Amino acid sequence: MNLYVCIKQVPDTETKIKLNGDSSGIDAAGIKWIMSPYDEFAVEEALRVKEKNAGSTVTVVTAGPDRVVDTLRTALAMGADNAIHIELPESADSTMAAKAIAATLKKEAQIDLIYFGKEAIDDGASQVPQRVAAHLGLPSVTVVVGIEYSGTTLKCKREIEGGSYEMVEVTAPAVIATSKGLNEPRYATLPNIMKAKKKEVKAVKLADIGVSAADQKIKTKNLQLPPPKQAGKKIEGDAAAQAKALVAALHNDAKVV
Amino acid sequence: MAKVLVFVEQRDGKLKKSSFELLGASAAAGNETHAVLIGDSVAGLANECAQYGANKVHMVQDAALKNFTGEAYARAMIAAVKAISPEIVLASHTPIGKDFFPIVAAMTDGALATDCTSLAFNGAKLALKRPVYSGKATAEVEFVGTGVQMATVRPNAIGLPKPDASKTADASAIAADFSGLKTKVLEVVKGNSGRPDVTEAGIVVSGGRSLKSADGFKILEEMADVLGGAVGASRAAVDAGYRPHGDQVGQTGKVVSPALYIACGISGAIQHLAGMRTSKVIVAINTDPQAPIFQVADYIVVGDLFQIVPALTAEFKKLKE
Repeated sequence: MNLYVCIKQVPDTETKIKLNGDSSGIDAAGIKWIMSPYDEFAVEEALRVKEKNAGSTVTVVTAGPDRVVDTLRTALAMGADNAIHIELPESADSTMAAKAIAATLKKEAQIDLIYFGKEAIDDGASQVPQRVAAHLGLPSVTVVVGIEYSGTTLKCKREIEGGSYEMVEVTAPAVIATSKGLNEPRYATLPNIMKAKKKEVKAVKLADIGVSAADQKIKTKNLQLPPPKQAGKKIEGDAAAQAKALVAALHNDAKVV
Repeated sequence: MAKVLVFVEQRDGKLKKSSFELLGASAAAGNETHAVLIGDSVAGLANECAQYGANKVHMVQDAALKNFTGEAYARAMIAAVKAISPEIVLASHTPIGKDFFPIVAAMTDGALATDCTSLAFNGAKLALKRPVYSGKATAEVEFVGTGVQMATVRPNAIGLPKPDASKTADASAIAADFSGLKTKVLEVVKGNSGRPDVTEAGIVVSGGRSLKSADGFKILEEMADVLGGAVGASRAAVDAGYRPHGDQVGQTGKVVSPALYIACGISGAIQHLAGMRTSKVIVAINTDPQAPIFQVADYIVVGDLFQIVPALTAEFKKLKE
């Protein structure tokens, strides 16, 4: 099977966000970059499918500035076979990213499944998987926490609200957007990390795939950090007194109950 | 004034409150507000759309729309967008809205901003804000390209309008083609809690690892049930197996902004704060007076949650009686 995994590099979840000079984005200085956590489930799932289907290959794809190649190497060290880096400017939006990824994948000879994380934890847009599927004329299933494979048919457990889920049947080729619970992503071993450093990463320029800044539809500006909160009101007394005082405050002052 | 099309969401024939927020906001701005209902049998819901602000209600009905699939819903919505030619298209950022609106945007060359937490109408221009880095910052959205302006808006971000029960809908049908679908819902398995989702609830009662076990969460469930709220959890509690991942609040879970967030035994890691700090009122209960959660709390309760939570539940019960 020809398996593709689209991943994104994001700031580590521990990062304390600082804004850049014109507040159009964040100050990248000192940021530790990681693979978006939901993408790890996508890479792991593709590797497991490969291991069960002899002769399969896993190709990881990412789009972004040069530093994102490091994240491709992380996926190669986990066990992916091939890597593609689409040279996309930092400021690109979901529309432009999806067009670039779809145009790149269209040039591939055969695609059976394309995995994504359900969202990247930087812009949290959760748009690109579905958009890529739409551009390629493929169906998509998002927020997938379980998959049963049977030939080209996939039975996906899709998490919805209130602890409910949908069992969705989809026929490959398809786009699957993964979430936590699907699997336990593996760690790369040191020998594999060393090997991954030597693997070739194929570079794709936007001009080669007919995508340009004119495809961008949304920009973000005037980023703001959350306003500092005023010190909260301390509720004193023993448990019974605290409970009484708190409920009174929530009812009479805050008016939320 | 703009021509606005609102996707009004239903599950099992029940409309989502978050859709009313969108209808209300559009109507209050004086827009020509169109609602579109999608499902296998939705005609009975049209009047409610009018009562919350829709001037016109459109319905796409087909057996293929009985259960949600992004593929079928996108076809219905694209047909509605083509028939109505709106300047602005809105949905709630729910498991349905966030799944299929990107497909609609891709197929109609629309400009979509997702998970917006603030929405205003500037003539025919949408003014939006959305959280980035899971709420560690907020950004303004600027539409720079061509295409219909589209947005999904986080539930509870706007507030509910008052319905006008005297109104009836001006409703009509829109046809779409549902042949050759490649996805099919085999089954919808309901969660057994009957509680609202953490992202949609007006009140969220959340617990950390100090609840000590899955059973420990029972006292939070009892409080949530008295308040009609949802139960959330920190990543530590989810990773320990006390709660399912769907309940996780934070940067690798759900981002919530309810009217009231009660954090019980949650220390307040930066990833958790990112997921809940936009809640309107935050109560934190923790034995450690230095816990970082207290820095974002409106009400600080230092003490043992195993004593305070049951006492609180009893007080809330009295209030509701």
